[in-house]
Amino acid sequence: MSDFALRMNHVFKRFRRGQQHDSLRDLIPSLVKRAVRKDRERALAPQEFWVLNDIAFEVKKGETLGIIGHNGAGKSTMLKHLSGIMVPTRGSIEVNGRLSALIEVGAGFHPDLTGRENVYLNGVILGMTRAEVRRKFDEIVDFAGLAEFIDTPVKRYSSGMFARLGFSVAAHLEPDILVIDEVLSVGDFTFQRKGIEKMRAIAKGGATVIFVSHNLQAVAEFCERGILLDRGRIVVDGPTDQVIRRYLDTAVNHEERPARGPVRIVSTRIAGTSGATGTFQAGSKARISVTLEAVAAAERVAVVIQLFNADFYDVFHTSTQRLGHAPLSLEAGQKAECDFEVDLHLGPGTYYIGVYLYRYDTEHEYDHIFPATSFVMTTDRDSRGAANLYPVVARYDARPIIPGPQALPALPATNRSPA
Amino acid sequence: MREALRDLIRNRELLYMITWREIRIRYKQSVMGLLWALLMPIIITSAGLVVRIAVSKVSGRPITAADIGGIGVKALPWAFFVSALRFGTISLTGNSSLVTKIKFPRLIFPLSSVLTSLFDMAIAIPVLLVLLPFVGAQASWNVLWVPLLVIILVILTAGLCIILSAGNLFFRDIKYLVEVVLTFAIFFTPVLYDASVAGKWRTFLMLNPMTPLLEGLNSSVILGQPPDLPWLAYSAIVAVLLFWGGVVFFQRLEPRFAESV
Repeated sequence: MSDFALRMNHVFKRFRRGQQHDSLRDLIPSLVKRAVRKDRERALAPQEFWVLNDIAFEVKKGETLGIIGHNGAGKSTMLKHLSGIMVPTRGSIEVNGRLSALIEVGAGFHPDLTGRENVYLNGVILGMTRAEVRRKFDEIVDFAGLAEFIDTPVKRYSSGMFARLGFSVAAHLEPDILVIDEVLSVGDFTFQRKGIEKMRAIAKGGATVIFVSHNLQAVAEFCERGILLDRGRIVVDGPTDQVIRRYLDTAVNHEERPARGPVRIVSTRIAGTSGATGTFQAGSKARISVTLEAVAAAERVAVVIQLFNADFYDVFHTSTQRLGHAPLSLEAGQKAECDFEVDLHLGPGTYYIGVYLYRYDTEHEYDHIFPATSFVMTTDRDSRGAANLYPVVARYDARPIIPGPQALPALPATNRSPA
Repeated sequence: MREALRDLIRNRELLYMITWREIRIRYKQSVMGLLWALLMPIIITSAGLVVRIAVSKVSGRPITAADIGGIGVKALPWAFFVSALRFGTISLTGNSSLVTKIKFPRLIFPLSSVLTSLFDMAIAIPVLLVLLPFVGAQASWNVLWVPLLVIILVILTAGLCIILSAGNLFFRDIKYLVEVVLTFAIFFTPVLYDASVAGKWRTFLMLNPMTPLLEGLNSSVILGQPPDLPWLAYSAIVAVLLFWGGVVFFQRLEPRFAESV
């Protein structure tokens, strides 16, 4: 018995930019070309690029893996290879067990068919037997919360309802390996939560789950291991929080900015009590470190840090000045370090840190950078919103009913005359 | 090839569901409903009548009930053939979201087009059966050839659908080519007339693998005679070769479907 669920052995995939031959008159030249040389081995033509470049990793049974990366990094293409929809140019993929892939919710739904008909159709398309669908039908509909609309054609569904039904069918597949691509981004917050819970239950049941998402909080909470892809290559493969850290850092480049004034921000880092990380548990301590460098002599430099949530709502800001620390005056070429310590009593989600340097007396701005860095908050209890107040239910019990007539409080007499 | 068939058997529920979906969509929200299945054969038969009347006016040979019956019997399989090819050719491109998003044997798409059209034909058959006694059909044991003829017809059609669907995925002109060919194919196939009309050129008509099948249906159902066996064997061989070659061709291209559609 091997304990791997899935293995990618140095997988390469070549794509073409621009148009492929799509009409018959281009057929002959391309056939001749193909006959002349072996397609697998040849190097890239000018119009071609590697959408997957030497991808190699193994996923153990029961592991939860998150795949993150910017748009076009090759995440979806990788999933299509995992699920067998696409075949690699070079390399091989081994799958050990029944794999279900949810690349797009409701792929295969037909708008003219009713919810009920589509559940059967989609269930069978995704690999269930009709008997299996019949057995799980009520559960699927309940989970989607669409019992009263189940005999309505899905073209009349809202996009959220459509997505819920699609996800619900896929979530009831009972696969050994579940591959999910960014499907929870549709649907409202409650359903996203429900979806994550369902995936967690599937993972608890021993299934291997591979999850692609831009929702870093979901990845952080759900996956124990992460892979960061960039332009078809694996950049990091490791514990999720470190991978997320790397991902967030690639989004910001301090170096390539032109100098705006006499002082510039050289780097901004955030670390937890045990070193650099991208994810923080609510309530944990963090240290935000800013390094500045004076290009020319600069006087009375104060540092401001700001915190924005994913909606760019200003959650928090403070400055060295407001915290009672005297501003620094720097000579040309001199560097300075400024560390803030904060307790992150924040709700779950992604947060962005902005840094401002200004001259405290004239309020002249020296430099600013936003987002300088970012991080992800997770929580162990289901509380929502910008802050985390660590709720516990102190009391919630029903009162006994007291028998006998109970006097209702008398209504105040009205002296309003009838209109 | 063997693996392809095993794959299909394993996924027979899927084939059933996709076919069921096609039928459901075709008849949902249409006023005529199942009458659509009769429309094509009726139009083909009417066109045949016009041609026959014109020919009999010119040649002086009176038109017989058996002539009309013959057209009816040939109109059904021809309508099946045309609709299966038309839907089969676009079956992969029309389901591109399934082709690119979900993994399963794509052979199911052209085959379900064939089954859907077969369903239409099955609806029309009872109507034809009721009419047969009035158009001079000769009841005989030769009717027993019909199942074999239909099986060969289905294999032939499926083979063509498989090839054309994969071809159309890579080259969209194939769809237009199929439309043009199907529009005029009725002149090269003895649907409205009999192959014997061509005299010594009959052999050329028979080279069209559809001809021995249609002629065979006419002789076994209307004329009460066995089909032209050597030519029927020819049709059967062409059908099996097309089907086998089609599946091999399809499977060779299948890995590239998702990125080419």
